[in-house]
Amino acid sequence: MNSLNQKSELFQDLYMKMYYIREVEELIAKEYKSQLFRCPVHLSVGQEAVAVGVCSALRMNDKVVSTHRSHAHYLAKGGSLRAFFAEIMGRVGGCCEGRGGSMHIFDKSAGFFASVPIVGSSLPIAAGIALAELDVKQGNIAVAFVGDATIESGQFHEALNIISLFKLPVLIVIEDNKYSTYARKEARQSKNLSVEKIVEGFGLGYLEGNGDDVESVFQITNDSIKDVRDNKPQVLRFETFRVYEHCGPNRDDDLGYREVGEVERFLERDPLKIAETRLQGDSCRKTVASSQELIKRNIEVVFREVKTLPMADLVLAK
Amino acid sequence: MKVNYSFSEAIRMALRDSMLEDETVRVFGLGVPDPKGVFGTTTGLNEEFGANRVFDIPLSENAVTGVALGMAMNGLRPVMNHQRADFAFTSMEQIVNQVAKLDYTTNGVFKAQLVIRMIVGRGWGQGPTHAQSPHALYAAIPGLRVVAPATPEDAYWLLRQSITINDPVVFIEHRWLHHIRSEIDLQKPDYGIADSRTLSQGEDLLFVSFSYGIVEALRAESLLRTLGVNATVLNLRSLSPLDERRILDLARKIRRVVVLDTSHSKFGVSAEISAILSEKLDKPLEKNCLRIGSNYEPTPSAPLLAKNHYPQLREIITTVINHFHFKLDSEKLEELIRSEEGSNIYFDQPTVGIVGPF
Repeated sequence: MNSLNQKSELFQDLYMKMYYIREVEELIAKEYKSQLFRCPVHLSVGQEAVAVGVCSALRMNDKVVSTHRSHAHYLAKGGSLRAFFAEIMGRVGGCCEGRGGSMHIFDKSAGFFASVPIVGSSLPIAAGIALAELDVKQGNIAVAFVGDATIESGQFHEALNIISLFKLPVLIVIEDNKYSTYARKEARQSKNLSVEKIVEGFGLGYLEGNGDDVESVFQITNDSIKDVRDNKPQVLRFETFRVYEHCGPNRDDDLGYREVGEVERFLERDPLKIAETRLQGDSCRKTVASSQELIKRNIEVVFREVKTLPMADLVLAK
Repeated sequence: MKVNYSFSEAIRMALRDSMLEDETVRVFGLGVPDPKGVFGTTTGLNEEFGANRVFDIPLSENAVTGVALGMAMNGLRPVMNHQRADFAFTSMEQIVNQVAKLDYTTNGVFKAQLVIRMIVGRGWGQGPTHAQSPHALYAAIPGLRVVAPATPEDAYWLLRQSITINDPVVFIEHRWLHHIRSEIDLQKPDYGIADSRTLSQGEDLLFVSFSYGIVEALRAESLLRTLGVNATVLNLRSLSPLDERRILDLARKIRRVVVLDTSHSKFGVSAEISAILSEKLDKPLEKNCLRIGSNYEPTPSAPLLAKNHYPQLREIITTVINHFHFKLDSEKLEELIRSEEGSNIYFDQPTVGIVGPF
């Protein structure tokens, strides 16, 4: 197989993963009113490219730490859809047996070490995981996904210093969707604040990228990870966009907290749309279409199965 | 084998023996490898085990607690050290929201097997933010163990057990115990981390206490014994979980209970014990459970203000006598208290020989 084919296969794979996550999230949004998903959900629609681009550059044994918006990260890291649905539907067989819900997705077997919904607290935990990896010496790294508001927390700065001081193999991925719930970045951060200067001031590497372009996210991550595995920690910042409300299954643009036209402008640059335009050749399109069918059907099958599982209950617990 | 250690030597030996036994043990905190070695409790460990296993940390208690948790999740056994319990308040987010929740949230898949040593200051003018004992605060959080050793043997074995057990342990260590010396049996004990121990036997009165409170309880016990009142002293060792069964068994037999706390008694360990006694005894105590603690106020610095803040031996004894209506020879009592107080006029040192700063 030549490198062009390999490249197109990789790209197809990235696209399919994004498609898969989008379909799962849209199903949750659609079904939420049925009250089967009995916990708050922070949907990842619009942010799939960062999750997929980053996680596709990881090894199975790399450890991911996520946030309250954890769905895309978990599925992109290879988490089990069944365990995921069961967890957020309060059924038996959830990845935390019903104790965590959507904001606390933990799955050791998937290398998904934590979802920490207290902003900022995930970073030191990732640092500790990485510190333990130094002992094992297998070149595995810890990846922490954080949002743009994390920069405002004390632990961001504490963790950056610790990661730099101890030369820990940590990759920090900032998903910058500009909002912390409804608060715009301009209302939260000094206009003179420079993430780049902060990060470089602590002695870590820093790169920015387009968070709507899965191929570019993958490429940037893949290049940075080589340094991270050499104990040169890196911070990546990707601009991205959340389509749904901060928490819940609806669009909330009627609230008027985003400027007029912002959502429309984003929908033009939706990561799936961008990727679709790059799927070239009839045979490729045909393969993609049949994979889409399979993925969609599989999601529905798993959802239907999980719906029939008993609710997680003390009576059933060991 | 039996050895004679001071409390601080016992801590150091427990850290050392744990590190010798288990390669995954890590010891860190502000001042851990410095010349003073956290009041001598970590001296020499850095030289013996290397900077990879024993190290200083940035002044970022919250983040470092998160680091400790991440280390534990990935197979290590961290021991985080605070020279004052007060400094650990900046790490409440990691302790309460992350450390305490991990085992439960993941249904036991991940274990937060880490120890957080917190040293409690007292005396020599420590004042409002260097002398708090927040044991009750942590005991109120499900998912954390809280232990509070009183004797060098407690110090050694509780720390060994805290490091070995797969739960997060808040290790409350009173600064006024560090110099105390006694025999330690290095033969692995037949009691566990959550077991209380009885230190003296008596049918008239039950002192329930922990940490430095045990020193005070034993002084009161010995003085009262001279006057014909025989007390049992129960050393709790573990505050969460509490050894409820033993407390209830002894209370049922003795029926006069005093709980001595090293902090104030509101919303605390003594309140919990008192509630357990009122809820779970089928027959009421002879007199209501008596609680003795420090004043419900921040700790003052000036010696005589601090003297008033903490319950002194005189106050403990007279409160007990009045509460239970013991009829004692008051002249003899005064003589005994004075002799026990000795030349101590400020009451801000653990013993007259030990002077600050500490």
